This record gives sequence, structure tokens and C-alpha cells, in this order.
Amino acid sequence: MWLFDRDLWIEIFHTLGKNMFRTFLTMLGVIFAMIILVLLLGSANGMSNGFDKVFAGTASNSLFVWSRSTSEPYKGFERGRRINFRIEDAEILKRNIPEIEVLAPRIELGNHRDVVTVYRKGQKSGSSVYGDYPEIDNITKKKLIEGRFLNNSDIEDSKKVCVIGEETYKLLFEKGENAIGEDIRINGVFFSVVGIYKPNNNINIDGENAVFVPFTTFQKAFNSGDRMGWMAIAVEPNTEVPIVENEIKKLLKIKYDIHPDDERAIGSFDMSEIFNNISSFTLVLKGFSFFVGIFTLLAGVIAISNILLITVKERTKEIGIRRALGATPKIVRRQIVVEAIVLTAFAGLIGFAMSVGILAVLDSLWGSGEDFPFVDPMVSIPQFTISFSLMVGLSVLIGLIPANRAVKVRPIEALREE
Amino acid sequence: MIEIKELHKSYQMGSNSLHVLKGINFTAKEGELVAIMGSSGSGKSTLLNILGMLDVADSGEYYLDGVPIKDLNETKAAKYRNQFLGFVFQSFNLINYKSALENVALPLYYQKIGRKERQEKAMKYLEQVGLKEWATHLPSELSGGQKQRVAIARAMAAEPKVLLADEPTGALDSTTSYEVMDLIQKINDQGNTILVVTHEEDIAHMCKRIVHLKDGVIVEDKKIKQVRVTQNV
Repeated sequence: MWLFDRDLWIEIFHTLGKNMFRTFLTMLGVIFAMIILVLLLGSANGMSNGFDKVFAGTASNSLFVWSRSTSEPYKGFERGRRINFRIEDAEILKRNIPEIEVLAPRIELGNHRDVVTVYRKGQKSGSSVYGDYPEIDNITKKKLIEGRFLNNSDIEDSKKVCVIGEETYKLLFEKGENAIGEDIRINGVFFSVVGIYKPNNNINIDGENAVFVPFTTFQKAFNSGDRMGWMAIAVEPNTEVPIVENEIKKLLKIKYDIHPDDERAIGSFDMSEIFNNISSFTLVLKGFSFFVGIFTLLAGVIAISNILLITVKERTKEIGIRRALGATPKIVRRQIVVEAIVLTAFAGLIGFAMSVGILAVLDSLWGSGEDFPFVDPMVSIPQFTISFSLMVGLSVLIGLIPANRAVKVRPIEALREE
Repeated sequence: MIEIKELHKSYQMGSNSLHVLKGINFTAKEGELVAIMGSSGSGKSTLLNILGMLDVADSGEYYLDGVPIKDLNETKAAKYRNQFLGFVFQSFNLINYKSALENVALPLYYQKIGRKERQEKAMKYLEQVGLKEWATHLPSELSGGQKQRVAIARAMAAEPKVLLADEPTGALDSTTSYEVMDLIQKINDQGNTILVVTHEEDIAHMCKRIVHLKDGVIVEDKKIKQVRVTQNV
């Protein structure tokens, strides 16, 4: 195999080493190109990771549905009628729409965004109070710093337990005080704290000052009957959220005698839309980085080809001598193409090493993702493999230009040249 | 060894055609030392280039060691050159960034001979031309005569059928010229066929036969009494 021909490599390093400075300058283009490519890709990856971190714990294929008042008169009902979901709606939706994977009904004390005074040993906080099912944890994950989240046995036995936010804890407890097992009072009903959750940098729909109690307990304690405030719904993977969203609304509109064109009566929010927007944004960003990087790389490789073309011109006589001594066109072509590959690959690796170093510095400076979405900026192995093989492939193609020039020179003319 | 019949060659110079070789018939047997003489423009270099397969004739036949040389593509020509021919040029044509030894070993590389054997062989030929001590030197560190001796060693290293020397002494002073010719005579003594293109009478007379070219035809072809540079046995 000629690739392992020691003499070929000696020849190549001899010719390249003969003019170190020029070789270095030639490589500079590819080095910079590789740095630009890797930095762009790495930063795009870093942003993508950053966004992923922001959304970590929120199911991307989820939506929220709540009730409002009608904006159209329908079937004898006047406009402005307040719609209230019933707990049975959850079952109806789950039964009729198989794409629903998780449906967590929720009820809120007071109106949306209202706060309720929560008491504990003379201290009080104004918090949101939610009646929830444990399934909600599958849609918006809570980061618990102590204790546990609500579970099924809490629901079944309507236990008077609650999970509180860190903000609520700070308002109701002394610093460092144990809260687990302690009672807090909401509207005259005592609840025992079983868990505390921490705000994270993620999307936080519920806020940090909130109290979560089991849905069934909520019904009994606050006499909410079969009312239901809103629903958090996760649809099955690979299902379009807007389609499910429409089906849900259609069903609810029929049930509550809402005009089919009434846009206001049922409110909803599609989480996947944000995810899609951001993931298409990062995808475009990555694609753009790749595009820019590859063309910079192409420019770098063309520079190598140019220098090799000059080298071939300078070496015309040498090539002529070699031809006279029995070098076949194939050997001559091979040597120049391999020179192009060696230059490109070597420069590419240097550039890669440098840019990985730069990315590591960027990572240590801003890579925590605290200030803005930028986490673990690095290129993936497939990205590196693709760009590297593309670069080497280009160098072969472009190396053929000077190689063919070298072959075209007839030995007799080459020898005549002084 | 060499047989050419009715060799014609012309060059296109713009709209004019320059008829350089006008039907050359020539044979050289094994072990001959032939001087090809003629003034510039007589076609002697063209003839040598065609013999060396660096150029192709328009018409005519050419046999080298019984092998018909025709329909050459570059790859085939390169292989024939490597197998059959050794070249010595007026301007030495050594590769200037390679040591004397590496230069001599180059044709062996193209014969795909292993590295170690190549080095040994190259060293043997360098020793024959008396430059063993200079093996690691670059051409720029050698004198003109030494360079030409390296070139001769290189031409001989491939063990060619025919050695073609194009004005081998053209760039050398007379003392060095004689040294080089002495070497050529010694190589010829070993039975090698050598063709020397020259325009110097004294150099030509150091060969065994002189072929005179004029205006693309052979005007004279005679055997001569060889003048030896050194009188040895």
C-alpha cells in the first residue's frame, strides 16, 4: 500500500520542509478556516445546549388549556358567559383523544395569579395555591431541594400535605429551620409540608412562591366541588401539538355549547411552539455556521492549491528530472495530491486543536449558562468527522489542479528550462 | 542495441514547419561508445531526445534492445526510460535539495527497489565514480566535475542498456572534462553502450566512433582510434 511507503513520506516532508515559512503561511489559511468553523459550530452547539438547559424539565410537546368567558352568543346563551371546566372533562378528553399522554388537571385558589395568605406561627406569605395531580411533575418538573413531590397516595387518601416553593419557605420559616412535617395554614386548613422545591433557571410557569396540595384534598378543603381550573397536557411524541390542541378545543366547545368560532372562550398555550421556534433557530444557526465554515475552509484549501501551483511551477525542472529518471505521471500526481492532503490535514488538526482550546476557555468563562444560554460549547464527533473529511476531500480535488499541471509538463521542456 | 530507420522529425514554429531530422538511419551495437557531432541546429539534441524517449519522432522506426519503441504514452515512456536509459546532462540536473547519495538512488526508487538495497547500490556507484566520501553532501557543496560524476553514477545506478550523455562536458573546464571522459571510457570498458552528444573535437575523439550530423542528416559515420585519457591496461 503506497500510503505506508516510507519514501513517499520522506519525499513529501522533504519538499514541504524545504520551505518552512511558505508552508506555514499556506497552512495559516486552513488553520484559520478550521478555527472559524469549529468556533462557529461550537458556539451554535453551546447556544443550543443553553436553550436545552433553560427548557430542561419542561415537556416540549405539551400544552396548557384553561377556560375563559365566551365572546360569541350561541344556542341561546349570551356572550360573556363564564366557562368552568369540570373534573370529568379530563376523563372525557383522555378517552376521546388517544394522542394525550398525560393530562394533569389543576385548580387554583382564587382567580388566576391571585395570591392567598398562608399562615404559619405568626408569619405569613401571599402565595399561589394549586390543587394538583402528581402527573404535573411529568410536564413541568420541580427541582426538589428537600422532601418529595405529591404522590398517588396523597390523592387517594386526600392527605393534607403540601409542597412549597423556596420563596414561600423563606417567608414562612426561619433560615435553616426544618420545614418538613411542619404545618402551614391556608384558609383555616392545616397542611403538612412534605417537600420544598427550588426555582431553577428554567421556564417557570408556577412561580417560586407557591403551594401545591393534592387535587382531592383541595376539593374537600376549599369546597371546590368538581370544578377544574386548567389542564396541563402532554401529547405523545411525534404528534403535532396544534392538531391535538384543536381537537381538545373542539370537544370542549361542544360540551360547553360554545360557538365553534369563539376564540376567546377557551385559552390555550402551546409549549411546543416555543420549542420549535428555538430549535429551528438553533438549527438555522448551526446550518449557517456550517455553511460559512465550509466556505472559509474551501477558501483555505484553494490557497493551498494556489501555493502548490506556484511550487509546481518552481519545481518544473525537478519534475522533469524525475520524469526523465522514470517517474510515471501517476507518481508525480500522487506526490502533489498527497502534499495537498498532508498540508490540509495537518493545518486542519492544528486549527482544530487551537479552536478546541479556545472553546474550552469560553466554556470556563461563560459555559455555565447562568447569564445567557451558552452551555458546553463544543463540536460533536460527527460534526468534526464530517468537516474534517469534507476538508480532506476538497484538498484531494483541489490538489489535482496543480498535480495535473505538473503532469502536463513534458520532461523535455522541463529540462530545457533553466 | 539501438536501431533507427528513416527517422523524421519536424517542429511547428508558428506557421513554418522546421524539418529537423530528415531520415536518420543509425545502429549502435552493444559496447559501443559513439560521439554524435554537429553544429547547433544540426539536430543532434533532437536525435538524442528521441533516443531518450523524451520526444517522439514523426515517422520512422526505433528499436531499443530489440524492443520496438512506439505508441508511447507518458507512463510507458517513463518505464522504458527507467529500465533502458541513463541520462547525463550538460547542466547535471541533480535535485538540489537531495544529497549525492539520494540523487543516485532516485532512479532505483522509481524501480521500486527497497530502501536498504537502494542505498547500498547507490553507494556502490558513488564509490565507482570516486565520491563515496561525498555521499551526504548536497549538490551545492560539490564542484562541477563532482556534480557530473554524481550524475553519471545516477545514470548508471539503474543499470541501463544505454547511457545517453548530452554535452556532458559542456559546462566543465578541460581538466574536469577529461576526468569525466575518463570515467565514461571506463564505464564503456565494462561493456556499456554509450552515446555522447558533443561539439568538441577532442571529446569526440575520446569515443570509438563519430557520427556527424548536418542539417538533419548523417553526413559522416566513421570508426576512429580512441584517444584514452589515461593510459591503462
